Amino acid sequence: MSKVILKVEDLRTSFFTRKGEVKAVDGVSFYVREGETFGIVGESGCGKTVTGLSILRLLPEPGGQIVGGKIIMDGTNLLELDKKEMRAYRGKVISMILQDPMSSLNPVYPIGDQIAEAVRLHQGLRDEMVQQEVISALRLLQIPTPEVILGDYPFQLSGGMRQRVVGAIAMSCHPRLLIADEPTTALDATIQAQYIALFKDVQKKTNVSIIFITHDFGVVANMCHRVAVMYAGKIVETASTSTIFKSPRHPYTSALIKSVPRLDRKDKRLYSIKGQPPSLLDLPPGCRFFPRCPMAKNVCREQEPPEVEVGDGHSVSCWGVK
Amino acid sequence: MADILLEGRDLKKYYPIRKGILQRTVGWVKAVDGVSFTIERGKTLSLVGESGAGKTTVAKQVLLLEKPTSGTILCEGNDIQQFSQSQLKMNYRPKVQAVQQNPWSSMNPRMRVRDIIAEPLVVNTKQSKQQVRSRVQELIEQVGLMADSAERYPHEFSGGQRQRIAVARALALNPSLVVLDEPVSALDVSIRAQIMNLLKDLQAQYNLSYMVIAHNLATVRYMSHSVAIMYLGQIVEYGEEEELFKHPLHPYTRALMSASLLTLPEDEDKGIKKIILSGEMPSPLDPPPGCRFHTRCPEARAECSQTAPPLRSVGSSHKVACIRA
Repeated sequence: MSKVILKVEDLRTSFFTRKGEVKAVDGVSFYVREGETFGIVGESGCGKTVTGLSILRLLPEPGGQIVGGKIIMDGTNLLELDKKEMRAYRGKVISMILQDPMSSLNPVYPIGDQIAEAVRLHQGLRDEMVQQEVISALRLLQIPTPEVILGDYPFQLSGGMRQRVVGAIAMSCHPRLLIADEPTTALDATIQAQYIALFKDVQKKTNVSIIFITHDFGVVANMCHRVAVMYAGKIVETASTSTIFKSPRHPYTSALIKSVPRLDRKDKRLYSIKGQPPSLLDLPPGCRFFPRCPMAKNVCREQEPPEVEVGDGHSVSCWGVK
Repeated sequence: MADILLEGRDLKKYYPIRKGILQRTVGWVKAVDGVSFTIERGKTLSLVGESGAGKTTVAKQVLLLEKPTSGTILCEGNDIQQFSQSQLKMNYRPKVQAVQQNPWSSMNPRMRVRDIIAEPLVVNTKQSKQQVRSRVQELIEQVGLMADSAERYPHEFSGGQRQRIAVARALALNPSLVVLDEPVSALDVSIRAQIMNLLKDLQAQYNLSYMVIAHNLATVRYMSHSVAIMYLGQIVEYGEEEELFKHPLHPYTRALMSASLLTLPEDEDKGIKKIILSGEMPSPLDPPPGCRFHTRCPEARAECSQTAPPLRSVGSSHKVACIRA
């Protein structure tokens, strides 16, 4: 098995607001191996994006703060680096793709310049060399006629093409870890399938590790090797992708999977989870899922469930799991 | 005999492209180009397609928000273009209501829920305040909101609850048809099932017809009785839910299904391959000649680029526009 390149231990990130402390990420631990895709799946507000931003220390300031834990990349704890050292990691060792390509590209610069910016900053290359790197990044993302497209502005490209350009920027400095936050959500179904196939190909060629943040179980199944399911700031279950789909142990995971309609059969009636996720300002004591859980017991109400290992690489935080 | 509520015949919508100081028309964007469909009473028709396929434009025509360039819409057998403004107001508009995709932008944030739901009643009926009030309360309970919701404002509700408010507003006038434009795609996964189940319950209770606009095929399968797959302004395949999902004939339908099918890593090892289409949907400004899908079709032949295949029947309730099928 390939080695672990990123290890997140007990990460805690809070936002300090007028209404109080919002614990967006509350004790999250996971690791990512070299060349694998690790999925983080959950609904809006579960802390999946904040986890991604915390790794790069890109939280909105003031307000957002990492209040505890460790983020260890190749033996270095990123939380102990000063600002300058951290900048050397961002975009070079770890890069990120955001959901909406229209807002992550600068509308008034040609895309060639935007890719070159990253290359110039991190690799200190001369002009001709920069150009070469830019073109090879565009080739990696299978953009047809890269030499022609360099001078185009983002508005001249289609949504799928723009998202490839964003991918090219992220891959231009040969990062070891790529954090992709809902990169396919804004795309149409057939373009989404193209993009996922493309990223699998990029991964094969570069052996980059990917943290794939999404709310879509279909994308998780296609893309990820292992998955963590988040709920209200915590990881409730971690397992390999097939284990998550075939034998989920946490009631939230299985309920979520059951509540997604299937293409290969017609359901009479969809299973639905009652209620809605709790407010992070006013979390229930004990297990955060208990108000909605069909299997809640008394202990769930009072104490937070510990994380239990139930199989090879399969861990669950639930009192119902022995 | 099927009880047909609404029928669209050869609907077209062309938008002019104007250029120069004189704003001369130099071309047309063919957003919808010859779409026909029928919606039975108490049943759901879904229009599926990617952005730019024209599905929302069809829905807008049904809602009278866009005037068709040509084609007819028949409501219970009557051509609505023959209706006068007052007839439309009396006999058509109240029967056809809509729920929009995004419940954060489809409501006035300064109005109370009570007034939001009551607005169609106030505009279209002459009910007394007392009648309106009791009808609103009834609707609030029907869609599963708390009884005290009426006095609150939209911002006090979550996305799923807001979508319930939107449904209550659409039901206020006892419509026959509700146009649901991506009714769950803005909602969280665990909330989607709640809203889909609510919509199905209401359909059964009131014998409602739905026209669902969606891009997610799995959602469509759960909601629909019949399905129309659209590509670049045209219907490429049309049929009853079971027939279409079990025996998809058009290569585009198959690619869409393959793209939305859940496949696990080990399925891939077993040789289950996804159909990945090359390229993107061409611009409706300049659609390709012949079959509009031939530029991306994995099974295209030479004749596909020459003649456009008509939508023809391949069974009692199944139509497809492809020469190979």
